[in-house]
Parts: sequence; C-alpha cells; structure tokens
Amino acid sequence: MKRYRSLLLALLVGALCAGTCLAQAAPQPLTVSNADNAWMLVSSALVLMMTGPGLALFYGGLVRKKNVLSVMMQSFAMMAIISLLWAFLSYSLAFDSGSSVLGGLHHIFLRGVGLAPDADYGSTIPVQTFMIYQLMFAIITPALITGAFAERMKFSAMAVFLVLWAIVVYSPMAHMVWGKGGLLNAALGGAFPTLDFAGGTVVHITSGVSALVCAVYLGKRLGYPKEMTPPHSVVLSFIGACLLWVGWFGFNAGSALSAGSLATSAFVATHFATAAAAASWAAVEWLRNGKPSALGAISGAVAGLVAITPAAGFVHPMSAIVIGLLAGIFCYFMVAKVKHIFGYDDALDAFGVHGAGGTLGAILTGVFANSSINPIFKDAAGNVLPSGLMEGNAHQMFNQFAGVGIAWVISLVGTLALLFLVDKTIGLRVTPEQEIEGLDLTLHGEEGYDHAA
Amino acid sequence: MHKIEAIIQPSKLDSVKDALIQAGVTGMTILEARGHGRQKGHTEFYRGREYSVDLLPKTKLEVVVPDLIVDKAVEAIISVARTGSIGDGKIFVTKIDEAIRIRNDERGEQAL
Repeated sequence: MKRYRSLLLALLVGALCAGTCLAQAAPQPLTVSNADNAWMLVSSALVLMMTGPGLALFYGGLVRKKNVLSVMMQSFAMMAIISLLWAFLSYSLAFDSGSSVLGGLHHIFLRGVGLAPDADYGSTIPVQTFMIYQLMFAIITPALITGAFAERMKFSAMAVFLVLWAIVVYSPMAHMVWGKGGLLNAALGGAFPTLDFAGGTVVHITSGVSALVCAVYLGKRLGYPKEMTPPHSVVLSFIGACLLWVGWFGFNAGSALSAGSLATSAFVATHFATAAAAASWAAVEWLRNGKPSALGAISGAVAGLVAITPAAGFVHPMSAIVIGLLAGIFCYFMVAKVKHIFGYDDALDAFGVHGAGGTLGAILTGVFANSSINPIFKDAAGNVLPSGLMEGNAHQMFNQFAGVGIAWVISLVGTLALLFLVDKTIGLRVTPEQEIEGLDLTLHGEEGYDHAA
Repeated sequence: MHKIEAIIQPSKLDSVKDALIQAGVTGMTILEARGHGRQKGHTEFYRGREYSVDLLPKTKLEVVVPDLIVDKAVEAIISVARTGSIGDGKIFVTKIDEAIRIRNDERGEQAL
C-alpha cells in the first residue's frame, strides 16, 4: 500500500513538473502535459455526470410518477447512442477541418484521432482526450431537448430524431464555433468570431430553440394545462440540479482545455453566476408568490449555469454575478409568464431555461468579455485587442448576434425539417391510451416505483 | 361492538394511537389516505405555475371496540387530534354485527 502511495506521489510530482516545464519550453513537436490531461479526463467524466445522473434526475423529478423512467431513459439513451454516432461519424463532422460550416469525413471511425496532441484542439492533451471531452457535450445537448417533449413522445421517434439532430444541427454548429476553419470560430480566425467559451450557442441555444420547436410541433400533453399534477418529486430534481452544478465545472472550466489559470477563471465565474441566479430567481418568486421554493432556487441555478457558459473564461467574477442575476430573473419570466402567454407546452422548460438563458448569456458575453481574462483577439503584430463592448469593442456585439442568429436559424429550420420527416415515417406521439397509462409501462414495460413490492 | 373510523392529520397519528391504547383499545388498522372535506385543498406554485391540490394527505384509522368503551375511545381521539383549525378531520361511528378471529373462530367481542 505504502509503495503504491509513493509511486502515486512520484507520478503526481512528475505530472505537475511536466505541466510547468512545458509552458517554458514551447516544444516542437507537441508533447502531452500530464497535468492538463488529468484535468481534462476528470472534466470529461464530470460532463458525462451532468447527463446521467444529473439531468436524468432533474428532469425525472419534474414529471409525473408514471413517466419517470421514460424521461430518465431518454437521457441515458443519448449516453449510449450519441457515443456510437460520435465514434462513427459526428466527431469528424464537427471537428475535421472541412468547410466553414461542416467538418469533413477524414476522422470517421476515429481515424487519425490518436494520442498525440493537435495544436488547434488543446495543444497539451492527446487529441483523443479532446475527442472524448467533446463527446460529453454532444451527449448532453440532445438530452436537454427531451425536456420539451417529455411524457408524450415515442421512444423510437425520439431516438431517430435526436440522432438525425446530432448530425444536422449539432455537428455544423459545433464545427462553426469550435472547429478548424469554422465560420464563427474566435480562436482560429473565423469570419464572424463569436465568443462562446463552453457552448452557449452550440449547446444551449441549439437545444433550447429546438426544444421550443418540438413543444409546438408535438402539441400539448393531454389535459394540459388544466389537469396537470405537480412534479412528482422535487427531491430528485434537487439532487439532479446539485449534480449539474458540480458537473458544470468540468463543462466550463474544462473548456480551457488545460489546467491553467484560464480554467480557474472559468471555474470562479461559473460558480458566482450560478449562486447569483439561484438567489435572483428565488427572490423574484418570493416577491411574487410569497414563498421562495426549492424548485425555484434550483431552476435559477441551472439558468445561471446556462447563461455563464459562453461567458466563463472571458469575464471577471463581478461581471459573472451580473450575468447570473439577470439570468435568474429573465428565465423566471420566460418560464412563469411567457410560456403561458403563448400557451406552448414546453414540459420541463428546456426552452425557457436553455434557449432563453443561452441567448441572454451569448449576448452578455459580448458585453462583458475582457481581454485581461482571455486575450483572444490580437492584431497582426501580436498586440492584444479589446474583447467586449465594455472594453470598447462594440463590433463584437455584431459578431455575438451573428452567432446567436445562426444558432437560432439552424435550430429552427433543422428541427422542423427533422420532426416533419420523423412524423411522416415513424410518427412522433404515443397514442392517447399510452399517454394516459404512462410511458414507463407502455413503452418500457416497467415502473419507476412499485408500491406493491 | 362499534367501528370507529377516524380521519386525522398525519402528524397526530402517534398521539392518537397512544390515547386509544390508554382508553383500552387493543388493536387498530392505519391507512395512509388522501382526501378533503369542507377544507377543500390548497394552492402550490411550481416554477410560477399555480397548481390546486385538492386531495390532501391524511391518515385514516380504524378500530372496532366493545360497546362499553366507544365513547371513551372517541373522546380520546378528539382530545389529542383537535388543533382547532380547519382540516382536523372527522370521526365516524358505526354498529358492527359480528367479529371473527380467523385463528380460532372466536366470535363477538371476544374476537376483538
């Protein structure tokens, strides 16, 4: 035991040394930093934890008892199906160089995705680490959409629709923002450099806007809104939300693709924005309904996490708090007011939180981004240029709106087309009888809670 | 023999149980129930949405007692289950024709 411990210590010291030495040496060819790689592997695991159990519990608690497993199974299905798709095809579509809109096919079946670093995708970690890290984002994004059509969509239709969605909507969006030669890529000289550190446009706007389309296209659940019952277990949702908060450190701080000071900055911004949004949502609710609810506080936290996602890694902690406060209030009104005015049944508020929060966050990133945190823009001589509006770069707002606009359009058009396709072939909705009896029993042949056992 | 059915606040179960035993009741059946009387329900808010919850969690207690202690048992329940506010519940008393102990076929008050 002792022997192992000293061995482990030696490894750790070695890893740390490798991390610091690398920064000074600027090696050519690229070498792997064990420290960076360790953080990125941990981050990858944290982001997977956000989908299962995090999101699965968060969503599972919000539905009725008879549908809890169906909702959890949708998230879990993404963990399995999207992983396979990623290895076969969609990693290449997102991250191969290709065109400015979509990657090529050089990396299908993970060809050429080895253990050496790639200068453009985290120059100190194996590109395979980058690939598996990005996979976790590709998993949670479609899983977020499932909140919109919960309790009424066929499992088969859901699986086919989301696989197609990952190809048609997610892959191009990820490529444009993060891929080599991408149209919106700020780090690699895209035409409309959009600041999106961890996926405000790629993950949250795409999933949120697609969720809205799904909710409208599928129509309301039977009995909505008159006969709906409250969430069956806010306790499950609470646990899920806390797992999301923790996992999100991997999501945002991990997006630094290294274990350095930028990761710290993103981590700190993420935490403070989340705390601020939890407080502001609960406060608005307290003022309007007389009580601060647990569901309100955790919903606010998720709204804050969403809104800070594009901004983390670009903004100061105080800016993060402002972003969080605004996100909590804005998303509350989207969920509690706007949804009822328009009458769509976004069952678990995927649009109200992710679409609205993601859009707000992407715009505010353009306002608050600061080059002292992340000197992303440089002139030809290598001098650092200002990042956001507050710093004097008003033009960045245009780029942010371009990124937001493209994400909205690709999500609206892509989702609508795919839903139409799946509706005409497989059919989207379960039968009314299945919906009344519950999807757990009718689609999966089991029940979440067996009260007779 | 009389059957006493009492629908009470769940939080009062322990004290009602003790009071009944004090009053000489030997056995009882407890059920978790949902329902409402004149109280109707209450309103809950989830993400700003109002839900009216009209079936509230209650505890239903059933005891069958010898005629001699019916009044005492009813008094015992009332004395501890009453808070004076709406939702305290109700007690129903009915006559029982027969009681049978399955184990040895004892009949009547013997079987209680």
